[in-house]
Amino acid sequence: MTVDQGMTDRFLQRAEAKRLVDVAVTTMDSPVGTLLLMATPKGLVRVAFETENRDDVFAEVAAQLSPRILESPRRLDPVRRELDRYFAGKLRDFEVPIDWSLTGKFARRVLRRTAKIPYGDVATYGEVAFEIGTPRGARAVGNALGSNPIPVVVPCHRVVRAGGAIGGYGGGLPRKRWLLALETDAPATTSREGARTG
Amino acid sequence: MKSTALPPFQCVFDEHAQAVLSFLNGAVGSSEAEDCFQETMLSALRAYPRLADASNLRGWLFTIARRKAIDAYRAKARRPTPVADPDPGNARDPSSEIDDGLWDQVRQLPLKQRKAVILRFGGDRSYPEIAATMSTTQDSARQSVHEGLKKLRRELR
Repeated sequence: MTVDQGMTDRFLQRAEAKRLVDVAVTTMDSPVGTLLLMATPKGLVRVAFETENRDDVFAEVAAQLSPRILESPRRLDPVRRELDRYFAGKLRDFEVPIDWSLTGKFARRVLRRTAKIPYGDVATYGEVAFEIGTPRGARAVGNALGSNPIPVVVPCHRVVRAGGAIGGYGGGLPRKRWLLALETDAPATTSREGARTG
Repeated sequence: MKSTALPPFQCVFDEHAQAVLSFLNGAVGSSEAEDCFQETMLSALRAYPRLADASNLRGWLFTIARRKAIDAYRAKARRPTPVADPDPGNARDPSSEIDDGLWDQVRQLPLKQRKAVILRFGGDRSYPEIAATMSTTQDSARQSVHEGLKKLRRELR
């Protein structure tokens, strides 16, 4: 007797029905590589590029939120659908609920402000710092953005350095360039190449 | 990361689900094994965040599985025995037939031998693990498995 897919599915179904899945996980393919997606009942809590070690992400979420983490692709269907449309250039504003549990107080302020930068637009680290009331905190803003647990959906790629330099990105600069090119509708072929190697 | 940190339940499931199912297949038979398995894994998931020690997750799961197997035995004892199997042989594949004959014999073994044999071959557990689960020494666990197998060989001849 082996644990087959049917048995695993029936277990997941019952676990979901009894609300025992605190964190649902799935992965999806995207133009910027495989994305690891995690959601709590409150909303999307974590997005990870393949640059991050999967085991580390699991361990971090298990320790900080709950170890009741299970692969439950259906729970993330709405997120996957929005991301697919976004990557196809057909979605400008994400509407899936966000769970901010993995962010500290300051980072949350930074990221909430960042989420308001419109599609296709950018802001500088200094501007974000000024707008959340810490005008001298550009560096701290950069750090907070670097620790964004929900990249792409919370668009920290829209924050760049003053004077036109692109700044940093947790998922690597080629991905940041690719996302910005997607949003400005520029021909993205060269940065797409970069995203593959980066 | 502390060594006692609980791994995500998905990892626990991936790593130990098969051993738990095999153990239950041996303990309660193939027709009830999945029910017991589902109950075991759900109970484990429910209790998981409160688990204090992550060093022997398999032992913990087997403790729950054993309880579920006992529950299943009791429930079965309360149910009236059907006069005849309504549709014998129809719902089984040949491999589980072979297994069932053997496991039926295993279930006839004296308690200690039965436990040891099921843990060893149903649950694929090592002698140190079996000794720990049965609160006995490794030598004694080995002895029980040995005696159990000897008896099985005699009876299956």
